Formats: sequence, structure tokens, C-alpha cells
Amino acid sequence: MPQRQLTGGRIRERRIALGLRQADLARDVGISASYLNLIEHSRRRIGGKLLLDLSAALGVEPSALTEGAEAALIATLRDAATAAPTVRPEIDGIEDLAARFPGWAEVLAERHRRVLSLERTVEQLSDRLTHDPYLAASMHEVLSTVTAIRSTAAILVDPREIEPEWRDRFHRNINEDAARLAQSAQALVGYMDGAGKADAALSSPQDEMERFLTARAHHFAELEGPDPLPEGTISTLIDTAEALQSASAKTQGRAYLERYRSDAMRLPLARLRAARLQAGADDAASDPLYLAARLSVDPATVMRRLASLPQDPETGAQAAPVGLVSCDASGTLLLRHPIEGFALPRFGAACPLWPLFAALNRPMTPIRQTLRQSGQHGRRFRAFAIAQPVGQTEYNTEPLFESHMLILPLAQDSVTPRGAAPVEGPDAPREVGVSCRICPAEACPGRREPSILTDGF
Amino acid sequence: MSKRVLIIEDEPNIIEAISFILSRDGWHVDSHSNGHDAVSVVRARAPDLVILDVMLPGRSGYEILTDLRAQPETQDLPVLMLTARGQARDRELAERAGASRFMTKPFSNADVIEALNALVAR
Repeated sequence: MPQRQLTGGRIRERRIALGLRQADLARDVGISASYLNLIEHSRRRIGGKLLLDLSAALGVEPSALTEGAEAALIATLRDAATAAPTVRPEIDGIEDLAARFPGWAEVLAERHRRVLSLERTVEQLSDRLTHDPYLAASMHEVLSTVTAIRSTAAILVDPREIEPEWRDRFHRNINEDAARLAQSAQALVGYMDGAGKADAALSSPQDEMERFLTARAHHFAELEGPDPLPEGTISTLIDTAEALQSASAKTQGRAYLERYRSDAMRLPLARLRAARLQAGADDAASDPLYLAARLSVDPATVMRRLASLPQDPETGAQAAPVGLVSCDASGTLLLRHPIEGFALPRFGAACPLWPLFAALNRPMTPIRQTLRQSGQHGRRFRAFAIAQPVGQTEYNTEPLFESHMLILPLAQDSVTPRGAAPVEGPDAPREVGVSCRICPAEACPGRREPSILTDGF
Repeated sequence: MSKRVLIIEDEPNIIEAISFILSRDGWHVDSHSNGHDAVSVVRARAPDLVILDVMLPGRSGYEILTDLRAQPETQDLPVLMLTARGQARDRELAERAGASRFMTKPFSNADVIEALNALVAR
């Protein structure tokens, strides 16, 4: 029996045994329910990262979903092959390798899993060390204080004569600096302790905002009701949000919720859902330009509404995974709604090749592009981007533009290993990165600084 | 006539300690602690040499140095950059901005004097 027939059936059996709906499992692994349906009915081949994700979501070893342990091993080896940007391994020989040298193949697969894990850690730490403004300022404070102490102490131990007035002054300076150093070091240690925990040590208003929105799955049912809203609804949401601590984060949160409310009035959920149902095919149901034309609203509003869709109350279907990023005219990221498999920089500037920034060059001209992110092992995404003016249009005044990019996952069977023949036509993916510092792409026209993944620290 | 050095640094106790050792070594020392107007202060005081911290309130030392190098009267001014970082990338940034020499905190008094003497001897 072909492997895919077995695998699809086993996925289905296991899902039903766990009482999971297709929509639930599909959401967990970042694919559409319809695509999972194709897999379960053996109409799509499965392998690589998706097999690993599905097995993790179903709480089984990958081998339990395939014919045998070799299939899981082959899937990991295939994933490792796609992750080698310069090597062109013999993809056709993977099964032969696993059969003839299972021990060595297992070593290679284990090393690949370890590399993936370490890469994630390096990305997080490098991002933090390089761009974290709190850490940079704290390190500067500590080292400047140490410098002052060292320099002053050297003067005091110098055998040359010092006037008593200067000596007293330097003693006082050392005493003050020592106390300041103790405080700074203590604060820094506390901060670094939290740095290893994914959700700890919120360091910026953007972090607070992201945590606030993630906790609500980017949906606020309180703001979906008809006009007028009960008085103080937005203030209550802000005041009761545990994640929003700083004044800046609260201001950002209020602006976000006010725009959310405005979007919800212009495009109620029921209208959006009806239009998506009528659209039928997955592509049209998530195409912001198509929906904007049908619903007589602007594409950016559709993008924001698609990114805040909740579970369907009638069918119980989970909203499909969606990512959204917005930036202002300076390119500064204003909103980060992450999606599995497409990394967003936590601090600092993003990859200049994103259509999000190209849209700023061509305001009001929508862009539709297929993307593949370097270092994300071949997963492809469909991106829609548009830059639209912000605020009221004024006579003789240049409008300010804000750009939005909606990110949708594409079917996993279209994963293309590096080194394989490129996909032709409109779906040919454009290789983009996260940010230069953690991007392995070489000879990139958009590179601002060397990458630690190719050049080291 | 003693050489004039301008220290642009926001840490007052570093300014005090370096001022003391340089004065004792025969330098005329002046200081400034803000990045905003550092370029105009350099032009107004016309020192023989500048000690410039990288992280300053208002503007970074890299930006200040880039501006200094763009002006004819300061394009060849010896500048010793001080930074709290020591990575190769920071050294590269300092060199690209036009630093004559680069020193990582925490440094010793002897290092500072040696660096300054080397710069004026050029």
C-alpha cells in the first residue's frame, strides 16, 4: 500500500480518537481545513515539517503516522536537505541512504533537529542583544560606571601627590559609582533572568501590545456590537488588560481598539462571513482586493478584519491562520500579528524585500506575491500588501501613508527544496528574510549588515 | 602651549577622572555632555582632539562623527571614540564613521594618555 494512503488514514483515525475537528487540527498546524481533508483522504502527499507538526499536534511519534520509522526519518532528512542553502544533496537518494545506513541517517536527522532548535535560540538572543534598547542602555550604564570607578581608583592609588580637596572628591565619586553599579548590575541580572523565558521580561510597549492582542486572539467581541457602544467600553478593555502596563502601550492599545471599532462598523463580521461564503474557493475568500470590491470597503480594512476573525459561531470552525504586519511611512513596524512559519523581527527593522515596503513606493497599488522566507525551510506564503493614506485628505498637503501586509499560508505540498527547479509563473516564490542580522541569504541587494548566521558574531 | 582636548561624554565622573589625569599630563581639557549640539560645540571650541562617547543623549557618537567628517574644518580632526560595546561590528561602524582610534570601556588611564599622545603625534 502506498505510504500516503496509510498516513492520511492514520491521521484521520487519530484525530477522531482525540475528538478533534478537522478545523481544530488544521489551525494547530497552520493549514486550511480543506487541505487537511485532502491529506486525510490521501489526495495530498505529506512529509517534512508538516508531518512533524501533525504528529506533535496529535501527540504521537511521526513514525506512528507512517508506514514505519523510516518514513519519519526520511521526512526529517528531506527537511534537512531543503535547509542547506548552498549544498545540493541528492534528494532522490534519501530513501536509499536511510535504508543502507540507518544509523548515519539518524545521526544526520538528529543533528538537523538540534540545528533547528539552536537556530531558534540564536535568533531570539541575537535579536534581543542587538536591538533591545533596555539591554543596550543598561550595558552602557554598567560599563560606564565601571570605567569611572577604574579611572578614579587609578588616580587614588597613584603615588603622586593629590590635593586633599580632589582626593575627597574622588572618594565620594567612587562611593557613589559603587552604589550605582550595584543597582545597575542587580537590575541587569533580573532582566537577563527573564530573558530566557519566552513570555517574560516585557521590555517595550510593542511587546506589551503583542501580548495583549495574542491573549485575545486579535479579536474583541465587545467592539463588534451595534452603535453606540456602552460608554467606557474601550477604556475598560485598556484598564483591565494585564499586559498593558506602560503609558505608551496603553496609548497604542487605545488607538488600536478605536480603529478596530471603526473597522467593525464599516465591515461587520456577518457581512464579511457572507461574502467569504459566497466567494467559495479558498483563494477568493481570503483575497482582500476581491472582498473589498464586493463589500465596498478599502483593502486595508478587509485585511485587518480577516486578521481578527474569531471562531465561526454557527459551524464552530476556527478562523484560518492569518498574519498581518503594518508599518508607517518610515518603515517602522506598527503592528505584528505573527503567523507560524513566517518570522517577524522582535526589534529593529524587517527585511526590505517584503512587499509591505514595496507597497510604500506605489501607494494605493495592491501587491500580491508568493513569498518564501530564508531559514524557514521552504514554506510558502501568499502576501497581499497595500499602502493607504492615513487620516483626512487636506488640500495642498501630502498625505501620510501606512502600509499593510496580509500573510496567508500556502498548501504544504508546494514546498520546493532549495536546489530544485524553481516554480514558474505567478506562484514563483520570492525569497525574503526576517531581518538582515539573522538572515542566511547571501548576495542580497537589500542587505544592510552582515548576518550572524553566515558571518558569525 | 598645551594641546586642547574636548571630552564629549555623558558620565560626569568619567569626565572628572579623565579631566584630572589629562590636566596633570599637560592637556587643556574641556567637556560637553550632550549629543544634540555636539557638532556646533566642536566647531565653536576648535579643540586639537576630541574624545567622543558613542552613546550620548540626543544623538549617537556615530552620527556626530559623520557630521564632523562632512565639514572641511573638522574632517581631519583626531577623534578617539569611546564605547561600551566591543564587538567587531561596533569597531567597523566607528571606522566607517571616520574614527581616528577606537577604545572600549572600561579602559585604563594609561590607555587614554597613550592613545591621545599617539593621535597628536601623527
